[in-house]
Amino acid sequence: MSTHSSVHAVNSPLNPTLHHHEEQSFWRKYIFSTDHKVIGIQYGLTSLIFLFFGFTLMMIMRWQLAYPGEAIPFIGKMLGDDRAPDGVMLPEFYNQLGAMHGTIMVFLGVVPLAVGAFGNYIMPLQIGAPDMAFPKLNMMSYWVYFTGGIVMLASFFVPGGAANSGWTSYPPLSDIATTGQTVWLIGMVFLITSSLLGSVNFIVTIVQLRTQGLSFMRLPFFVWAQFVTSFLLLLAFPPLEAAGVLQLMDRVAGTSFFLPSGLVVSGQQLANTGGGSPLLWQHLFWFLAHPEVYVLILPALGIVAEVISNNTRKPIWGYKSLVYAAIFLGFMSFIVWAHHMFLTGMGTAISTFFQTTTMIISIPSVIILSALFISLYGASIRFTTPMLFALAFLPMFGIGGLTGLPLGLAASDIPLHDTYYVIGHFHYVVAPGTIFGLFAGIYYWYPKITGRALNETMGKVHFWGSFVCMNLIFFPMLIQGLAGVSRRLYDGGQQYAHAQGVLHLNVIMSVAAWVMALFQIVFIINFFLSLRTGKKASSNHWEATTLEWSAAPTPPVPHGNFVTIPQVYRGPYEYSVPGQPKDFTPQNEIVKV
Amino acid sequence: MEIPYTISPRPETGLFNAKMGIWLFLASEVMLFGALFTTYILLRVGAPEWPRGELDIPLATLNTAVLISSSITMVMAWASLVMKNFKKYRAYMGATILLGVVFLIIKGFEYSHHFMAGEIPSKNTFFAIYFTLTGLHGLHVIGGMIVNTYFWGPGSKMWKTEPERFTNRIEVAGLYWHFVDLVWIFLFPVLYLL
Repeated sequence: MSTHSSVHAVNSPLNPTLHHHEEQSFWRKYIFSTDHKVIGIQYGLTSLIFLFFGFTLMMIMRWQLAYPGEAIPFIGKMLGDDRAPDGVMLPEFYNQLGAMHGTIMVFLGVVPLAVGAFGNYIMPLQIGAPDMAFPKLNMMSYWVYFTGGIVMLASFFVPGGAANSGWTSYPPLSDIATTGQTVWLIGMVFLITSSLLGSVNFIVTIVQLRTQGLSFMRLPFFVWAQFVTSFLLLLAFPPLEAAGVLQLMDRVAGTSFFLPSGLVVSGQQLANTGGGSPLLWQHLFWFLAHPEVYVLILPALGIVAEVISNNTRKPIWGYKSLVYAAIFLGFMSFIVWAHHMFLTGMGTAISTFFQTTTMIISIPSVIILSALFISLYGASIRFTTPMLFALAFLPMFGIGGLTGLPLGLAASDIPLHDTYYVIGHFHYVVAPGTIFGLFAGIYYWYPKITGRALNETMGKVHFWGSFVCMNLIFFPMLIQGLAGVSRRLYDGGQQYAHAQGVLHLNVIMSVAAWVMALFQIVFIINFFLSLRTGKKASSNHWEATTLEWSAAPTPPVPHGNFVTIPQVYRGPYEYSVPGQPKDFTPQNEIVKV
Repeated sequence: MEIPYTISPRPETGLFNAKMGIWLFLASEVMLFGALFTTYILLRVGAPEWPRGELDIPLATLNTAVLISSSITMVMAWASLVMKNFKKYRAYMGATILLGVVFLIIKGFEYSHHFMAGEIPSKNTFFAIYFTLTGLHGLHVIGGMIVNTYFWGPGSKMWKTEPERFTNRIEVAGLYWHFVDLVWIFLFPVLYLL
């Protein structure tokens, strides 16, 4: 007994906006477009390329860790004599790979994909907006990000190679490092600027452009996740920008913000005046970089919530607690940063403060994860590819979160901090955690963006292969870390007494990483093949309730998204409502009783 | 399709899009300068001695007056538009830009005086933070002047076609300009007087 008037209107060929729309040149339409959907796709493709590039850097590193001192096969000779003479990697090059793997994955890969791509494309559709609030600023964000990416890539070719002081760029090492570090700082200024412009745009769009009837408590959880994420980007990035400016001054103008007095390098005293504080950088850096962890994880949680609700055909359990938990998480993430710095010899009072806040911040994370788990209870689950990724996300993120608890307590952090345990913990959160969430998003929204669905069989091959390999890569890291293997060794621990018992794991991890690359190739083939041969998708392919599926045509109308702006009547996850003829009731549907 | 609330405010928030945008941007600017002021405090409390009396207080006092005056003319420029007096707007906006130029010239005198005396950023931590803070503030002044000059010149054509939207733009530019002024109000006592 229901009508879906708006759904019919969407498919109507008499589309007034399309007729009024002027034909634009190729450049305006695809390159310098102000349409949030085109910008979202630009972000998506660029960040996927950077993700694969960052992964490749890591695969080269893993050769050195598994087979130290042996020539790198296939590409070893191409790297050049200043990086790998006769194909054998130099320690300096290993350091560059380490620093750039982290930088590229975090700042050029995951965040732009999670926020720039999904946020840009999906969020305006989900709130029933015709575009972002500032379309030109949106275009500028992308191009500033793109420039920052090019600057980062170019840094490999300056004398001395790319930045090699780790993605955290701790001084004094980074202050006296080769030119690559200066280029890294300039690249970061671009990336930070892009994030700032983007986050202002996101917040204004969500607050101002919500359609009629879409109150805050009716927003899909994905929009909430983007909203909190944008605040984190807006307020946490500027201190890193300040720190970047100060480090740039140290390197270019000869100041000593981060250089202590009387610093001796290679037996010679530095000419700088000193008087600075290396710890200052760590405070400013982690003031950004801890909220950044939640920037990495929140959009993925948002995607997983959407996918789980859609494939369990049930409302999300505890929507309000999810929302409040996300907001609380956002606030708390600003006062936990120094738990990254227990090793620096902070006073016990400060350590106690930060370990207390760290324990408190685990509460909202557990609330979110529990709510998502409980949502599965009693459902008849559709095991589609996006759902598989979303389901795998839950225990993987769980492992990542639980292994973080010992790192939040100063006493147990001190022996673990410089070991592979930290690498294992962080990657469980971000790789099989966030990246699985992002893959779920790609499989879930691909039909909306392209009009065709990705191949399910290839998707499942991609999923199971990645799932097994991810665990084979990262679980041994936890074991090595507990055995005490330092995370900063160029030879994987060959000359390290602690490491002897767990050295064989290096080969397993490396082989798993390379095999995982093969499964990513399946995804890449699927991605391009399905553009032409994929199953045609209807405008509501997954029978979902949120506006991007129920109100917008597939693909959405260029510059405007909707034929008529939808009106919202209910919350985001009204699945299997008793008494309704179908198991989903879209947000914009008028139900006649 | 038109983007809503570019000119008229959204009833629940009482803000048009750009006004909310500039407030958020200013929040991030507070964090940027906040981090730098924190750096200043940390370096100063950690230093065995801190140089005093190295800066020219009379010149900086004059500059403070110049910048506050420019904030007043900026408000007058916006108020003139609200009262539909475009000629007055041009005069006040022109004055704002000129006062910005005066500020930079005075700052330039101060800078060159320091450079002549060999007081460059690498001399000590005090001059490092002094040049970083005032330099970044100077860049913000220049940025604001570029925007204001655009709205004084070619950008003011919008007054004929969309007067309300143009008034909004001046309000937003004004908010930014007042913020830049406010940063100086903090910089002056922190660097020159304390």
